[in-house]
Amino acid sequence: MKIVVCVKQVPDTTEVKIDPVKGTLIRDGVPSILNPDDANALEAALTMKENNPGSTVSVITMGPPQADYMLRECLAMGADAAYLLSDRVFSGADTCATSATLAAGIRKLGGADIIITGRQAIDGDTAQVGPQVATRLGIPVISYVQKIYQEGDMVYAERKLEDGYERLAVKMPCLLTTVKELNTPRYMTIKGIIEAYEKEIIVWDHNDLCIEPEECGLSASPTKVLRTFVAAPKGKGEILSGTESEMAEALISKLREKHVL
Amino acid sequence: MIFSEKHKLIRKLVSDFAKKELTNEVLDKVEETGIFPKSILDKMADLGFYGVKIPRELGGQGGDNLAYVIMIEELARVSPVASLYANSPNSLSGGPILLSGTKEQLEKYLRPCVKGEIIIAFALTEPDAGSDAGSINTIAIEDGDAYILNGRKTFITMAPIADYTIVYAKTDLSKGTKGITAFIVDMKAKGVSCGKPEDKMGLIGCPTSDIVLDDVRVPKSEILGEPGRGFINAMKTLDGGRLGVAAQSIGVAQGCMDEVIKYSKERRQFRQPICNFQGISFMIADMAAKLAAAKELVYNAAVLMDRGDKDAGMACAMAKYYASEICNEIAGKAVQIHGGYGFIKKYKVERFYRDCRVFTIYEGTSQVQQMVIANKLLKN
Amino acid sequence: MKISISKDLCRGCGKCLKACPFEAIIMRDKKAELNEKCTGCGACVDSCPFEAISGIEEMNDKIDLAEYKGVWVFAEQRDGKLMPVTFELLGEGRQLAEKIGTNLCAVLCGENVSGLAGELIAYGADKVYIMEAPELKNYTNDAYTIAIYNAIQKYKPEIFLFGATHIGRDLAPSLAAKCGTGLTADCTKLEIDPEDKKLLQTRPAFGGNLMATIICPNHRPQMATVRPGVMKKADYDGSRHGIIEKVPIKFESGDLRIQVLEVVKNIRETVSLTDAKIIVSGGRGIGGPEGFSLLKQLADALGGTIASSRACVDAGWIDHSYQVGQTGATVRPALYIACGISGAVQHLAGMQESDVIVAINKNEHAPIFEVADYGIVGDVHKVIPAILEALRRLPEYSN
Repeated sequence: MKIVVCVKQVPDTTEVKIDPVKGTLIRDGVPSILNPDDANALEAALTMKENNPGSTVSVITMGPPQADYMLRECLAMGADAAYLLSDRVFSGADTCATSATLAAGIRKLGGADIIITGRQAIDGDTAQVGPQVATRLGIPVISYVQKIYQEGDMVYAERKLEDGYERLAVKMPCLLTTVKELNTPRYMTIKGIIEAYEKEIIVWDHNDLCIEPEECGLSASPTKVLRTFVAAPKGKGEILSGTESEMAEALISKLREKHVL
Repeated sequence: MIFSEKHKLIRKLVSDFAKKELTNEVLDKVEETGIFPKSILDKMADLGFYGVKIPRELGGQGGDNLAYVIMIEELARVSPVASLYANSPNSLSGGPILLSGTKEQLEKYLRPCVKGEIIIAFALTEPDAGSDAGSINTIAIEDGDAYILNGRKTFITMAPIADYTIVYAKTDLSKGTKGITAFIVDMKAKGVSCGKPEDKMGLIGCPTSDIVLDDVRVPKSEILGEPGRGFINAMKTLDGGRLGVAAQSIGVAQGCMDEVIKYSKERRQFRQPICNFQGISFMIADMAAKLAAAKELVYNAAVLMDRGDKDAGMACAMAKYYASEICNEIAGKAVQIHGGYGFIKKYKVERFYRDCRVFTIYEGTSQVQQMVIANKLLKN
Repeated sequence: MKISISKDLCRGCGKCLKACPFEAIIMRDKKAELNEKCTGCGACVDSCPFEAISGIEEMNDKIDLAEYKGVWVFAEQRDGKLMPVTFELLGEGRQLAEKIGTNLCAVLCGENVSGLAGELIAYGADKVYIMEAPELKNYTNDAYTIAIYNAIQKYKPEIFLFGATHIGRDLAPSLAAKCGTGLTADCTKLEIDPEDKKLLQTRPAFGGNLMATIICPNHRPQMATVRPGVMKKADYDGSRHGIIEKVPIKFESGDLRIQVLEVVKNIRETVSLTDAKIIVSGGRGIGGPEGFSLLKQLADALGGTIASSRACVDAGWIDHSYQVGQTGATVRPALYIACGISGAVQHLAGMQESDVIVAINKNEHAPIFEVADYGIVGDVHKVIPAILEALRRLPEYSN
């Protein structure tokens, strides 16, 4: 079985801080990491490989040359091969353009029986690339997968919903996007790390993928970022006054204004 | 030191592991019960921590000394006792066999040790032979196809849980250190017993006791290396062992720094965080600078070991000496900055302070390291 | 926007590096240069004192934007009941439609769901497109994508909004890819550019550290998913009139590749502290272990969970697993209500990242008030019953 996992290198957004004076993001020293949901996707792929001897797991990413580090991490966890789609013309891509490039990469790989990717990346939180890669490849997609059972060319998946889940069945080839409830990603191993640096990572640019520069990156992105700004900082809190029931009423209406209730 | 991506990834692995597995809850329980959970030891073995610098063909991971130092450092930063377990197969347990073992011995002892299937203790120290290791009194007398061992070893790390132990004993009383031979002894063999586990100040969770040898019959096939070459085997093992203690020292010191930086920003006195006071902030700056210097010494020693540099031994001695001393200094200051809370067991620095005390003592005291350094500089 | 930097005009002053929010400009040989992180936002263009940076808007002449009219919202139903976010979308869609001067349509898919059309109209839809088929009874990506794509092709809406639910976030990306248009996820604010009537879509990025306003200038429809609970719900007006249009839909064999075997509803489970959206936490000021039962009532009413400060754990009032703070759990809920907690640093370390913090404490000088968004100085035993009473007066909390 041929398993492909789409991964992304992301800044660890939990480490991003705001410069209180300039109101800009402080990115110095913010580590780049393997997107957490993608680690669950890779774990699912590796488990599937163990259950289906003779299978291969390839990881693929679109990103700058520095994404090499994250791909080595994937290899150190147990992936067999890693592909980096890297080209200046891929830059500035929105989810529409990203999914087009990834789909081209997967086509060049000769397709896959199953494609697994994380539900969403923590730097964008869009959850769009997975379903869009599937649409572009013309294969069915199941997102928010919290449980997988595979038998032959059939995949049975539990798709998480806000108020429960649904059990779905689909025939391969298909694409799944995974949530963290699915599994606990394995650690790398020391030997895995050492061997990962003995392997070659295959790098493809737009020529390798047989796509024109206009079909990727910024020029192929329907959405544009008009501006970015830092959300207004939290002001000093407010002390409510009045009788107990007046304060309670005031509190609830304030919480409702903020949509917390 | 500027690390390669490979070494950075190893650091990431171990630090992720330590953060996820060695939680406060787990470590508090270890401290309370004195028992380190087997499940975590098994995981460390599975991930290859036990064989970082053991060659791949012997079941190890084939890493270098720098990788080894990074692993020990990151474990010790969270749990010194965990670092002791991971260190052992790479150092005092595996080292003597890797140095002198026959093909059969490598397969029989080293491979399972690296996989975490067996525990091997290193028994050199005796009640009357500590720093002066050449003066051991354990005696081995030839008897047909075996030797009969008699003596008492003391402060032997992991003795109560070990499956085998390497015992250094005198086979020829007339030849001084050249009359010392190394043996691999089955802990279940007749005549082998352990003393009561010591009630230690720190490193709780890894038991230490005496090993008593009473007419223990050890077949000649279990002699490690050539007869009379045991002392060299022990000294070479300890050369490498120093690097491990040096790595533990920078790890614990970094763990103390982590705690102090967090605490001094949160703790408020006189209506402001205590890190605003120079009395505190200068102390932290001083600790950080010394730690940075120690780290460079340790990493450099590791690189020299990997290159087989002739000065590697001295570099390890310097690294162990300096790192363990400043680790104790940093831990002391970390407790001081925590004030009364630093004296309370719930706070991490209290444990670090106790755990690191032995770093200037075991595997060659600071004074022995000074002897090694001075000898190297002054002889000839 | 396509950004280019003129090597001739650039003096290497570095102002653009500071202006760039994406670290997409680097200095090489004392000249600014773009790297792959550039998103074409144009923040650097005005920052250059030497006019070395230019941004060119690419125009797309393939699509006639004027053909696309109307604001659509996806009327998400599950088991024949409309999801609450639908009414929020109608509320927001109404405003957008008025600013553009167009009408508001709802798109409803399902089996035997025509009965919901009246409700959609009452909440503001001018028109309801209904697609009914047995295959649309339960949501599947395949069936809904085909049905709605078909409607988009036919009626060409200019704006299409979805709730950012697990269904909306599955459906919208597939539709956008099929239409070859842009999609902005999880919007928290939508506006119409008064000049060109384009949709300005604002959303949090970088884990909420940054807000970004996104446009989709040359493709239609402009699609967005909207976070549930953010937009104001439309008002109900039973006297409103609207048009109902049934859109015929037929599926070919092979269209539907995903089979729904079962839909399982969860009975609410106890949530872990770190996953909890709402936490009601108690400190020494709650008086004793019985204080937690009062907190539990409030937590249950709000659909949250209870937690504790170290003081209560040490006093043996509650198990350690409930402890928030340095030696307990670190939490980041949408709402944290601190009851009778003074706010020691060790406690604050575990909860100050919460979105909204409410503090209830007798001591007006308690440090907890310094991190609280709303403070109530008073006795927990009087304030919480008052809050419960006030909640009961709200329709959605009345039972």
